Amino acid sequence: MISVGHYLAVSAVLFTLGVLGIFINRKNIIVILMAIELILLAVNINLVAFSAALNDLVGQVFSMFVLTVAAGEAAIGLAILVIYFRGRGTIAVDDANRMKG
Amino acid sequence: MIQAIVFLPLLAALVAGLGQRVIGNVPSKIVTTGALFTSCALSWPIFLSFVAGTGEAGVTPVLHWVSSGALQFNWELRVDTLTSVMLVVITTVSALVHLYSWGYMEEDPDQPRFFAYLSLFTFAMLMLVTANNLVQMFFGWEGVGLASYLLIGFWYKKPSANAAAIKAFVVNRVGDLGFMLGIFGTFLVFGTVSIPEILAAAPGMAGSSITFMGMRLDTMTIICLLLFIGAMGKSAQLGLHTWLPDAMEGPTPVSALIHAATMVTAGVFMVCRLSPMFETAPIALGVVTFVGAATCLFAATVGTTQWDIKRVIAYSTCSQLGYMFFAAGVGAYGAAMFHLFTHAFFKALLFLGAGSVIHSMHHEQDMRYYGGLRKHIPLTYWAMMMGTLAITGVGIAGVVGFAGFYSKDGILEAAFAAGGGGRIAFWVGIFAALLTSFYSWRLVFLTFFGKPRWEQSEHIQHAVHDDHGHGHDDHAHAHAHAGAEAAHDDHHHDARSDGTAGYHPHESPISMLIPLVVLSIGAVFAGIVFHRQFIYPEEGAAFWKGSLAFNEHLMHEAHLVPWWVKWLPFTVMAIGLFLAWNSYIRNTSLPARFVAQFKLLHQFLYNKWYFDELYNFLFVKPAFAIGRFFWKRGDEGTIDRFGPDGAAALVQGGTRLAVRLQSGYVYGYAFVMLLGLVGLASWAMVNFL
Repeated sequence: MISVGHYLAVSAVLFTLGVLGIFINRKNIIVILMAIELILLAVNINLVAFSAALNDLVGQVFSMFVLTVAAGEAAIGLAILVIYFRGRGTIAVDDANRMKG
Repeated sequence: MIQAIVFLPLLAALVAGLGQRVIGNVPSKIVTTGALFTSCALSWPIFLSFVAGTGEAGVTPVLHWVSSGALQFNWELRVDTLTSVMLVVITTVSALVHLYSWGYMEEDPDQPRFFAYLSLFTFAMLMLVTANNLVQMFFGWEGVGLASYLLIGFWYKKPSANAAAIKAFVVNRVGDLGFMLGIFGTFLVFGTVSIPEILAAAPGMAGSSITFMGMRLDTMTIICLLLFIGAMGKSAQLGLHTWLPDAMEGPTPVSALIHAATMVTAGVFMVCRLSPMFETAPIALGVVTFVGAATCLFAATVGTTQWDIKRVIAYSTCSQLGYMFFAAGVGAYGAAMFHLFTHAFFKALLFLGAGSVIHSMHHEQDMRYYGGLRKHIPLTYWAMMMGTLAITGVGIAGVVGFAGFYSKDGILEAAFAAGGGGRIAFWVGIFAALLTSFYSWRLVFLTFFGKPRWEQSEHIQHAVHDDHGHGHDDHAHAHAHAGAEAAHDDHHHDARSDGTAGYHPHESPISMLIPLVVLSIGAVFAGIVFHRQFIYPEEGAAFWKGSLAFNEHLMHEAHLVPWWVKWLPFTVMAIGLFLAWNSYIRNTSLPARFVAQFKLLHQFLYNKWYFDELYNFLFVKPAFAIGRFFWKRGDEGTIDRFGPDGAAALVQGGTRLAVRLQSGYVYGYAFVMLLGLVGLASWAMVNFL
């Protein structure tokens, strides 16, 4: 029988992968966007798992919201990325340090 | 009328000083000069009415000033005999100096400012002499000090002029401190600063004592001495004299007006104005006599060795002021004022004459490079001659003489008649008269007689070889115009062996010659016309009318001195003349031989008794050291270090750390965000679960 604990384990693995994808990744920004997507999915799994376990639909509804927001975020992020690439000619993470004080 | 005399110069100074941009150069000069001539024209009737004996002393109120408890005084203009004498001296010399400056300052770019300062000075000086209370006198006193500072430093681009201006101001501050303490003391003792009330109450205070700096001292002595320190500063007496020779950095008309005729005599005027008070303090009078005689001797000895024509006259002024002070010290205030009166004419004449010489010699001031000017600038020569005859006191006892003869002999006879310390002052004065004669004739002989020695002068070389002599740094203010013109005519055929270097001095313009002529008349006749009123026993008492402590008995005694006392000043004058003639005309190698023989003495005199060096060592260096200590250790080392500088360093260190955090990499920020989230989550779990 697959319990909530299994779902949570998968979700935690995904979440950690996402976080590490942000920190360890030194290649390009698209990977960061994908990592963020991964984190959101991990959260969604959590929400749906708890929703099923607790027999409460709010969690699933909420995960729908999260998906919507994630889609919007991906669209805007990619748009920014395109503009950024036009301006700088690169999307390497190590070159994106204009905010340095 | 007196209001017009005093306030016209102020009005003119304001118009010329503030409105120069609007009204332009020439109107500014017309306004100031016109105002001064009006003042002068109004002053003479007042003086002559006192001479005629019809003048009435009076006080004209102007404005309320201070009314604070027991301390009450107003702006008032006091006119009495003493003031009337000063009025004519100030307004006459000032008006003539204004006129003279038209020519002398012709090429200066800042003429309105110069004229405004001159008029401002005249106003302050008139306020000083018309004061009816000590505070107004102090106002005038500081006003003339300010004007003196501004005018000495008039050519503000010259570092030496700025230094001289600051020196004059600072040394005067020392004297002013004494004057201020004197005023405070007077108010403390008498409860008033009104001069008539103080003078009336002074005899009652004689013999009382007061605690000053922890010592029990005679009241009148201490107050008079404090006031006299003020007079010493302003009148450049020994000890506080060092500023006067340096003040010659200012334009020559300024030297004539401020540093010869008027401001430096303010100290003598003050002592005479307060003479009833000084009469109650014999010790203070002794100090006045001693300081006066010492200055008289000191300045005369230094004057014999200087080469700068203006410095010689400056030391001469210092020496003559010494005469005035010891006259006051022995109680002959009338004689002191008389010498002040005649001295104003002949010393202003000598300075203006020197200015005329400098003007014609392309701003060369060193007498070593003069010589033979008699034929080239005859009018200046004759004017200087009159001034020299007056200052050396040429005259025949009891018959006739130049102005200085009457006043100087009056002082010496009074000093002799006073006995005691006066006898010492008499002999010092006689010796100083010998030196006066020597240095005055030395000046005349070096300047006007002998062969031209102009070719060694840089200024003359400059004038001859450079037609456009206007870019010279030192004298960029007003390069000699006559010189440039002369050079234009003659620079083709220079290199002659007559020492002129092909230079032709020109006589000064008419605006400079008129004052010379007028002052020459004063230098010749001021003594013979007025000496009865000033120093004769009966006429003197009637003339002064109690405006100063006129000692009829002493002046009577002074007339009865032995015949040799009357003839001695003339004799030493003749000896001085002979010595000067012998050294500078007959045998011109003599001075060099004398200097070689008495090297130490000459060095001592040439370096002005090493006063400047002494003061540098005693006061200036320690003051600098203390200043540097407070600056480096106190201000920068303590206050700044722990105050603003410390705070700034702290902030800078903090930001350096913060900057290191701002790497600009997205993952850095994300990591910190994550840490925060984890922290927050842990905190929430611990607290809420």
